[in-house]
Amino acid sequence: MEKHLLSINDLSASEAIQILNTASELSKISDGPMKKLPTLRGRTVVNLFFEDSTRTRISFESAAKRLSADVINFSAKGSSVSKGESLKDTAQTLQAMGADAVVIRHGASGAAQRLADSGWISASVINAGDGTHEHPTQALLDAYTIRSKFPDLKDNFNGLKVAIVGDILHSRVARSNVLLLSKLGAKITLVAPPTLIPVGVTDWDVDVSYDLDSAILNADVVMMLRIQSERMAASFFPSEREYSRGYGLDLARLNSLKDSTIVMHPGPMNRGLEISAESADSHKSVVLAQVSNGVLVRMAVLYQLLGGAALTGEVGA
Amino acid sequence: MATVLDAGEIGRALKRIAHEIIEHNHGLENVVLLGIPTRGAFLGERIADFLSEIAGPVPVGTLDITLHRDDLRLRPPRPLLPTNIPMGGIEGKDVVLVDDVLFSGRTIRAALDALGEIGRPRTVQLAVLVDRGHRELPIRADYVGKNIPTSSTESVRVHLSEIDGSDSVEIMAGA
Repeated sequence: MEKHLLSINDLSASEAIQILNTASELSKISDGPMKKLPTLRGRTVVNLFFEDSTRTRISFESAAKRLSADVINFSAKGSSVSKGESLKDTAQTLQAMGADAVVIRHGASGAAQRLADSGWISASVINAGDGTHEHPTQALLDAYTIRSKFPDLKDNFNGLKVAIVGDILHSRVARSNVLLLSKLGAKITLVAPPTLIPVGVTDWDVDVSYDLDSAILNADVVMMLRIQSERMAASFFPSEREYSRGYGLDLARLNSLKDSTIVMHPGPMNRGLEISAESADSHKSVVLAQVSNGVLVRMAVLYQLLGGAALTGEVGA
Repeated sequence: MATVLDAGEIGRALKRIAHEIIEHNHGLENVVLLGIPTRGAFLGERIADFLSEIAGPVPVGTLDITLHRDDLRLRPPRPLLPTNIPMGGIEGKDVVLVDDVLFSGRTIRAALDALGEIGRPRTVQLAVLVDRGHRELPIRADYVGKNIPTSSTESVRVHLSEIDGSDSVEIMAGA
């Protein structure tokens, strides 16, 4: 595995499966009373968050702490960034403090790549969401959640039908999931109004549908995306009510799904907009499993990146 | 390369260890076997089979120690191996750890740490197929298949039919 995790493209299918397998083993250890493992004792993980986040930051913090790493939380609000400090100066400060890994979330696409390639720091960089580009650990935890609900899937997702529904255009979660799930062999259909489908979608290995009702009939997984009002400068649909009628997962659509189908959402949910309260709270919904699996998958990623020696110069037994 | 134990000798050694476990613990009521993957896990299963022939079934599981190793930073990250704690857990039990080769003792130290995360056994005992000496920590085995004096440059290879096709223990000259 590479030193950084910036994009799903950094991983081969077998490396991705390796992370999922590591997370499965961690889940067996973590059953029962809460355990703390000594594996990353003495390592420092910095959570560098330039955008608001609840679950991703808490998830990374809890993953790092369960592996006994020291965690420094940094959010742009209340830091010198609000005084105009640049990413470079912030990064060099972290380097001087001896960070071994930097988990970065930033509003600009490519921020994680910039940090990794700049030479400003020697730490491993983990992308926790950059603009509308990628959010690789979310895709990994989604894949882990899918695999835990479909025990037949082991080393690939061949034959699995996944519908990804909603604001594809602004969604880094969708991008990372498309890359990962298609790499693993799943068949993906993107469902959204034409205004929320990215222009370059023809280059992706996916089908596109504008009709939610027909697209979800045969799906094994229905992944709803959040309508990202904070990234919407223009109006992409006439009204929330109209969007909800065309592309919201309401009770009638929920009832049309196969018995085995699961409903996913990366959170935070806009209840009543892209997903109704009945759907969000139904037994098909795995939203909370996604959250708890997030910690395991992030522990696995931290272990893979920091758990051993630097990859060059193997030391003998 | 010299073969120090063949398939028959391995089988007899494990059967003797099974008898010793019963003798030492005055039965099997409180005994749990935990094999350390990869080969310790298979040896644990085999000892459990002997125990059930002799005295009845005994809970058997596996304990991966990777996350507790003290040499993690000396090597590239390694995959985690399965940990399966039997139903009933280890709390208050007599846990017998099973491994293939006892060498520096560091694996067993890590296993003791890993056990501590899971619960508090009444006793922890250690069964190994081969004790080759050269301990770096104050650790000893309760049940030993065979003591094999080695030089520290030699390496001891345990082959088991479950993954290696056949059973044998060999000593290889060091590099």
